[in-house]
Amino acid sequence: MVETVTLARSGSLAGRRMASVTELAPVARFSFRGSEATAIKLGEAFGARPAVEPCRSSVAGARSALWLGPDEWLLIATDQDAGTLFAALETALAAEPHSLVDVSHRNTGFDIVGAGGAGLLSEGCPLDFDLAAFPVGMCTQTVLGKAEIVLWRFAPLSFRLECWRSFAPYVADFLAQAADNQD
Amino acid sequence: MLLIPCPYCGPRSELEFKHAGEAHITREPQVADDQAWGEFLYTRTNPKGIIAERWRHTSGCGRFFNCLRDTVSDNILATYKSGEPRPSLETSGEPSR
Amino acid sequence: MSGALRLPRGGRIDRNQPVRFTFDGRGYDGFVGDTLASALLSHGVHLLGRSFKYHRPRGILAAGAEEPNALVTVDRGGGRWTPNLRATQVELYEGLVAKSQNRWPSLAFDVGAVNSLVSPMLGAGFYYKTFMGPRFVKGAKLWADLFEPAIRRAAGLGEASRDPDPDHYATRFAHCEVLVVGSGPAGLAAATSAAQSGARVILCDENPVFGGSLADDNHAVIDGMAADAWAAATIEALAARPNVTLLPRTQAFGYYNHNLIGLNQRLTDHLAQPDHRAPRERLWQVRAKHVVLATGAIERPLVFPDNDRPGIMLASAGRTFLNRFGVKPGTRVVVATAHDSAYRAALDLAAAGVQIVRIVDLRESSEGALSVAAERAGLPIMRGATIVGTSGTTRVRGVRIGRVSGRHVTDLESLACDLVLMCGGWTPSVHLFSQSRGKLAYDEGSNSFLPGTPAQDQVSIGACAGTFGLAQILRDGHRAGHAVIKMAVEDRDFAVVGDDESTGAGFIGATPHDRDPTQVKAFVDFQNDVTAKDIALATREGFRSIEHIKRYTTTGMATDQGKTSNMNALGIASAELGRSVPSIGLTTFRQPYTPVTFGSFAGLSRDALFDPVRETAIHGWAAAHGARFEDVGLWKRAWFFSRAGEDMHAAVNRECQITRERAGLFDASTLGKIEVVGPDAAEFLNRLYTNSWTKLGVGKCRYGLMLNEAGFIMDDGVVGRIATDRFHVTTTTGGAPRVMAHMEDYLQTEFPDLKVWLTSTTEQWAVIAVQGPRAREMLAPLVDGLDISAETMPHMSLQVGTFQGVPMRLFRVSFTGELGFEVNVPADYGRAAWEALWAEGRKFDAVAYGTEAMHVMRAEKGYIIVGQDTDGTVTPDDAGMAWAVGKTKPDFVGKRSLGRPDLVAPNRKQIVGLMTDDPRTVLEEGAQIVGDPTPARGTHALGHVTSSYFSAVLGRSIAMAVVEGGRGRMGETLYIPMPSGSISAKIVKPVFYDLEGVRLNG
Repeated sequence: MVETVTLARSGSLAGRRMASVTELAPVARFSFRGSEATAIKLGEAFGARPAVEPCRSSVAGARSALWLGPDEWLLIATDQDAGTLFAALETALAAEPHSLVDVSHRNTGFDIVGAGGAGLLSEGCPLDFDLAAFPVGMCTQTVLGKAEIVLWRFAPLSFRLECWRSFAPYVADFLAQAADNQD
Repeated sequence: MLLIPCPYCGPRSELEFKHAGEAHITREPQVADDQAWGEFLYTRTNPKGIIAERWRHTSGCGRFFNCLRDTVSDNILATYKSGEPRPSLETSGEPSR
Repeated sequence: MSGALRLPRGGRIDRNQPVRFTFDGRGYDGFVGDTLASALLSHGVHLLGRSFKYHRPRGILAAGAEEPNALVTVDRGGGRWTPNLRATQVELYEGLVAKSQNRWPSLAFDVGAVNSLVSPMLGAGFYYKTFMGPRFVKGAKLWADLFEPAIRRAAGLGEASRDPDPDHYATRFAHCEVLVVGSGPAGLAAATSAAQSGARVILCDENPVFGGSLADDNHAVIDGMAADAWAAATIEALAARPNVTLLPRTQAFGYYNHNLIGLNQRLTDHLAQPDHRAPRERLWQVRAKHVVLATGAIERPLVFPDNDRPGIMLASAGRTFLNRFGVKPGTRVVVATAHDSAYRAALDLAAAGVQIVRIVDLRESSEGALSVAAERAGLPIMRGATIVGTSGTTRVRGVRIGRVSGRHVTDLESLACDLVLMCGGWTPSVHLFSQSRGKLAYDEGSNSFLPGTPAQDQVSIGACAGTFGLAQILRDGHRAGHAVIKMAVEDRDFAVVGDDESTGAGFIGATPHDRDPTQVKAFVDFQNDVTAKDIALATREGFRSIEHIKRYTTTGMATDQGKTSNMNALGIASAELGRSVPSIGLTTFRQPYTPVTFGSFAGLSRDALFDPVRETAIHGWAAAHGARFEDVGLWKRAWFFSRAGEDMHAAVNRECQITRERAGLFDASTLGKIEVVGPDAAEFLNRLYTNSWTKLGVGKCRYGLMLNEAGFIMDDGVVGRIATDRFHVTTTTGGAPRVMAHMEDYLQTEFPDLKVWLTSTTEQWAVIAVQGPRAREMLAPLVDGLDISAETMPHMSLQVGTFQGVPMRLFRVSFTGELGFEVNVPADYGRAAWEALWAEGRKFDAVAYGTEAMHVMRAEKGYIIVGQDTDGTVTPDDAGMAWAVGKTKPDFVGKRSLGRPDLVAPNRKQIVGLMTDDPRTVLEEGAQIVGDPTPARGTHALGHVTSSYFSAVLGRSIAMAVVEGGRGRMGETLYIPMPSGSISAKIVKPVFYDLEGVRLNG
């Protein structure tokens, strides 16, 4: 039986913008530095081709490349890849001036998912999280309160937040307090 | 709180930046005599009006860049990458805010 | 049960919801929708406070944010205590407890009022004149001990709570295309028109209910609806739009650069039983593309003698209390005015049954529609007249009025009354416009400053732009809402009936009177107790600019920022000086528009979130093993490990002794680490460090010294070469961010041609220092077969390997002077690696040591700590480290400066060692050093102590110092004068232990 529903449906939590904050499981992270031309070469070996457009990311499977600066990308891969990937990339880039540094343990990652995510971040981050101003795929370094963070919107209601590991408790506490502060 | 147009990332809050002193001060250790070197180290123009100054997008792309700012109004007239010449204001178009 | 002066109907209060509250311990009632001020007025209570300086009884002057007098403290218990709230903005709730301020022992009888008797001493410039006192009172701190505390007790506002604030506060960064400040007719029209474009609109208003002046208007009809109903419908339509954010109870308190506006939103203060999990206030930082200021205008008081008695209020306030709150502010009223709008108040009050005793109009004539209506209604009007004095103490009881005749006042007459309404005209609220750095232009016709050219993307509309008349305001608002977002302007006319169209320039300055000008007090600034006489005195004493008059008299400097006083102060100065108002100038309007709580500004930055607390991967182990921590930058570092019963001294002695005897473990994870990678890495380091790096072999380390461009030591650390094009650079803990920024600066701007990149790896690696003669034995079983023998791995070398299977960078380095290694493992493995080493260490009875023991051991070896033994004026030669400077290098940062005359001058301060003659005496760090055991006052100091410890290994104290020409003074005895007498000490080389370095190379 097919009927056209004409009544608006409202859930029990209508109006509340909630978000979950979870710590990311270990991943492999590399700081890649070099020219845009080298980045393109790297992309062939890495899979995800680093974006040359500022503040944009590219994703291929479990691998992502986040533009952080005009010669800087944060490469993310699975934890299992960590050992072999570094050597593979160094081999691929042997002829190119570049810098590849393992920073897997330097950062702690959080996934912030849900309609309330932007609200949490707006307690301490001066960026505009309207989808037009911060579209899906945008990534940038910025601040959350007194912590420096990398922020990446990988879906309309999903952000990845990375910070240095010793700032992670502050970031976690900040986000918890921010959640208490929401309407 | 300024809104600073980073030449790479676009307009961002001053919270993401650190000021880095006056721009276009040439470092010439090989030729500067003591007087000139002392001025290089310590003498700055501090104008009332337009100053060329350096900022770093510390909590952003990390780049140092140059900025023309009116010290009276705090309006930013132009930002440009390190190494680029100071733009002439006649051609820089509408002041950015 | 409600107050006797409450009307049976009308206003925005809910008569079905009575509310009880107390003021100074006495119970009253009111209704939901009341403010504290309106509820007290409904009971005939006008006395709400004592004035700042003279302790004069004060009542309610205004009905809104501009209120200068009626400041109260609201106590919610449990530390929820807020002073200096305007009673006119405190929303009533069940159980509200409010207290008056600045009075003792009670509001009605206040001892401080004696200040009124000595008031000739408290006039303009009082502080400046009185502060001269102490110079003439030799030896006694009479001012600081006696006068100042007495004055501070007598003068002042409310008291702060002594308890921590139990509430929490939210912050929000917000962005919008259009921010509209003020929800009166102009703001509502602008917000509606802007919202239709779909642009993001934020509309804020300081009041709990939107509508602004429309809430007080019971005459006007807009588009066929009563003004209040039109406002309600407009707000409802705005609220339904997803692109509109409505923020009531939200004060736009500051206009900052580039269209950043600070808003303070009060979230729970109006609730009887707030959920304490919810934030009390929210500080918004709104970055708006365009700003529409619709902040309205504030009525001016008239400056006549004794114009400050309780029961004397602004005419518009009287009307607001009547129409918005259904309260008669008095029963017999004298209206003093210089503007038509007061006639509307008189008409509304008369219609409500209040007796209009007299309308005293300063103007000889007025032909406005309102005065005509008043005349028709038979209200007694006296033109060309003024009030010259008032009577009553805690409530006005009567006025003296008379005819103005030139500079004189004649035909004096006394009138009994219990309320005086005054209106000197209207002052546009240009505070935010002025804060935005827009230039104000004086308009002679309206006696007001109006917004001139905006400095930012912004427009002022309505009364704050000097526009009066509802139809025009609505039309302007509608146009502005479209225009700011550059949409095609479609003008729209609103059908307005019954608008008052009140006009007139009003009056600024002090009104004339025939009384002794030295004896009367005609108040200009009610909050700071500044009178017309004070401003006149300032001009007689030579002040010409309003900026100086303001500071001398303190007019306009109170928390109300001169909202009701600025124009009158200017008017008086203008009359006294015989110069035009614009030539005297206007003072700067400063943020905040109304006071903002500290809690709101602090936001989340308190308690655990005050600053990030950085802990290493090994922190938990240290905490569980008795560590006391010290703050180093944002880091918590294990300071020492206290065993049962040990004090710090005993713990540090033990840690040093056992490390030197056997072995010690130290968490060095906080050291800054930078990976320098690229074909030009060595060349880059050549230019950033004094040392030469080209010939450093792979697998080798070198101590690096970094200078700033001025030639002074800024950082140091060990640098290891991992590969030809890859260096592992370490920095001091505190210097890590600074060094990184310094390197980036030179790389990006001075040496952009170099192919090299910098990556911070401080937090990638956990670092464990294993130090002491048994260090190698402890480490060897854990490094998966790596050969760490002295032959393969001598001092200052490194190897890359694995530690129990995880990647490891192993450095053979030492900051203790002992055989030592630093194990770097990825940070997530830091705790486990530490525990594995600790387990090995148990076999040797090794210790864990903290930063204090590290400091002692490095001082025993004379190793400097940058920032402790150096202070930004120390060159490598001063530090005895000329050996670290690569003199053949063509350039490095700081090299050129090392040749400057002052940096090669003789007798510079040099780092030396100090040994006290009494080995038990431990010098104080920072103590000055002189050549004379009994130095006269002003004796030149030769230097100071930089590091000082008790060395358990040596059984005596040791110290390092900077001393003029220090290396030329070996063996010389100098003196460290202390309150208990001079301490003598001998200058020695700054190495106290293992001078030959045998242990290091073990």
